[in-house]
Amino acid sequence: MVERTPILNFVTHLVLFIGFMLAVAPFVIVAIAASHNLKEVNDVPMPLLPGGDFWANIKTAWITAGLGPKLLNSFIFAAGVAAGKVIISALTAFSIVYFRYPGRTLIFWLIFITLMLPLEVRIVPTYAVAANVLSPYQAILDVTGLSWLIEKISGVQVSLSLGLLNSYTGLILPLIATATGTFLYRQFFLTVPDELTEAARMDGAGALRFFIDILLPLSRTNMAALGTIMFLWAWNQYLWPLLVTTDPAHATAVTELKQLIPNVGGIPEWNIAMAGTLIVMLPPLVVVVAMQRWFVRGLIATEK
Amino acid sequence: MATVDLKDAKKVYSSGVEAVKGVSIAIPDKELCVLVGPSGCGKSTLLRMIAGLETISSGTVAIDGKIVNAVGPAERDIAMVFQNYALYPHMKVYDNMAYGLRNRGTPKDEIDSRVRSTAKVLELSALLDRRPRELSGGQRQRVAMGRAIVRNPKVFLFDEPLSNLDAKLRGQMRVEIKNLQRTLGVTSIYVTHDQLEAMTLADILVVMNAGLVEQIGAPLDIYEAPASTFVASFIGAPPMNLLALTGGLSGPTLADGTAIGFAPADTKAATLGFRPEDADVTFNAKAPSGALVLPATVEAVEPVGAESFLHCAAGGVRIVMRVAGRAAARPGDQLRVVARAEKLHWFDKTGKRVG
Ligand SMILES: Nc1ncnc2c1ncn2[C@@H]1O[C@H](COP(=O)(O)OP(=O)(O)OP(=O)(O)O)[C@@H](O)[C@H]1O
Ligand SMILES: [Mg+2]
Repeated sequence: MVERTPILNFVTHLVLFIGFMLAVAPFVIVAIAASHNLKEVNDVPMPLLPGGDFWANIKTAWITAGLGPKLLNSFIFAAGVAAGKVIISALTAFSIVYFRYPGRTLIFWLIFITLMLPLEVRIVPTYAVAANVLSPYQAILDVTGLSWLIEKISGVQVSLSLGLLNSYTGLILPLIATATGTFLYRQFFLTVPDELTEAARMDGAGALRFFIDILLPLSRTNMAALGTIMFLWAWNQYLWPLLVTTDPAHATAVTELKQLIPNVGGIPEWNIAMAGTLIVMLPPLVVVVAMQRWFVRGLIATEK
Repeated sequence: MATVDLKDAKKVYSSGVEAVKGVSIAIPDKELCVLVGPSGCGKSTLLRMIAGLETISSGTVAIDGKIVNAVGPAERDIAMVFQNYALYPHMKVYDNMAYGLRNRGTPKDEIDSRVRSTAKVLELSALLDRRPRELSGGQRQRVAMGRAIVRNPKVFLFDEPLSNLDAKLRGQMRVEIKNLQRTLGVTSIYVTHDQLEAMTLADILVVMNAGLVEQIGAPLDIYEAPASTFVASFIGAPPMNLLALTGGLSGPTLADGTAIGFAPADTKAATLGFRPEDADVTFNAKAPSGALVLPATVEAVEPVGAESFLHCAAGGVRIVMRVAGRAAARPGDQLRVVARAEKLHWFDKTGKRVG
């Protein structure tokens, strides 16, 4: 039941307003700090009204941290991860929902188990693999004694190596696998009526045609949702890009922010650091605003 | 264009349910065959076996003389109209109809002309740019029909296509489907549990019960000579009145002990039946000889306009009589139901017709 009394209205709005202030306060402080010069930002207490050096600080931050190419890196990285996740999870869910093959349940549970192994848990082995994609095979050869055998016979020492450090592939690939996305799609595919699948079969659509012509268009809003969430998630990744990009030229904007953070004993340029933060926050914001229209449309006009 | 032949077709689902227990039907070219039966009797399963959407556990399905057990649904050259229409929600009406043709590699201009001419026949021309959710139920139904017709298949399959429409629209579409089927001359199989639809549409009527065929024949033949008590009570509205017989000393009697007064058509007869319109209702005490005469008490009168139904207690059971126009009887009236012997149906203990 929805109650509407003036008092209740006031209270709900008050609660809403307090929540909003709590959420937005850190952002406001960042924005204010970014608009003062070095002296003002280090005043105690910090001024609570915006200063006049906003654009100058933005410019300094942009140049100092070399944010132009870093933002591009970040964008390619986050878009790559989001696209990869959307595609991979759609494909895996398609396979799990629409095909009956031996080992299907096993595969389903294997995917499920990866939920318990987030990147942070398996970061060392993942790094080892990224450093040399072929290291697992090398290990197999070594353990089985095959490499010893080959060395004895041919005199060639086997050392397989293919590094992915400092490359977009290395940044993106290990983050693409996603159980969450697979489950999201699985749930959606299960709601697609069987009759639709059968109608497509009668219309001569094979599995791939059905996937491309029927399932993908129907899951547009799902893709938008998953893509946006994953874009944000990837954009904010810190640990993995930090490990994989030893060369600053390949670093992402988020990891490069640390360039702007004052060192101990250095000049406390918090205004510049905050300006840089603002710049790095902007692209995800744009993505969310752009994709929001999709969510809303998807929610209102549910296609039957 | 095509005949459809089922030979002892069976379907056992992996769960162990035996949904179709050996069905043989031969459908001649250009005819409309209606499968009718109560819910869960296996009609949809049988239709889906013909469509190729379910595997056939044993027996054969042949289309145009060719056994298609191992042929995929797309290659059987059949089209199906689903109960919930199953239109592609994201495609316009035009694309819904064109999709099957595109998958078959039909040239673009031919697709266009076929879609447009089919749309014209079904009065969909103005709706080609709409999406399914912008259509009414009846219009969606037409699009589903159009999608089947445009492919020009050998066989049409319909699974309760009208059950989501209101009564009036259902009546209209029924006539329309029959006309279309006749003009196009496409062999069709139509599943319904509505006996009126079954009677009016069918060239061949197949009455199913619990996975088996009870009777196959022309609708009126089945109506006039139902092969079993099941068919007798399923076909016809209101259904046939059935009265169980017990053998008394002086001939068979009804449940309440009334002697029927003459010998049944067959000595094995255990049930007698007559259609509600096949007996006369009279207040006259004098009864003609050689007829079943039942004293009856009117319990309810249902006037429907052109005719009235009298629900009466007679012979220990409840029977329904159909009388023309306004009924003179009132609830509580005592009257006589007189059914001439040649209008009676006789069934044995297992429910099979014996005369
Ligand atoms: N996929 C399935 N797996 C197992 N059993 C099934 C399956 N589909 C149907 N059945 C069973 O097979 C029997 C026949 O089902 P079917 O759908 O053919 O009935 P129907 O005659 O079409 O009924 P209705 O008029 O309600 O549509 C039912 O007992 C049903 O429970
Ligand atoms: Mg059914």
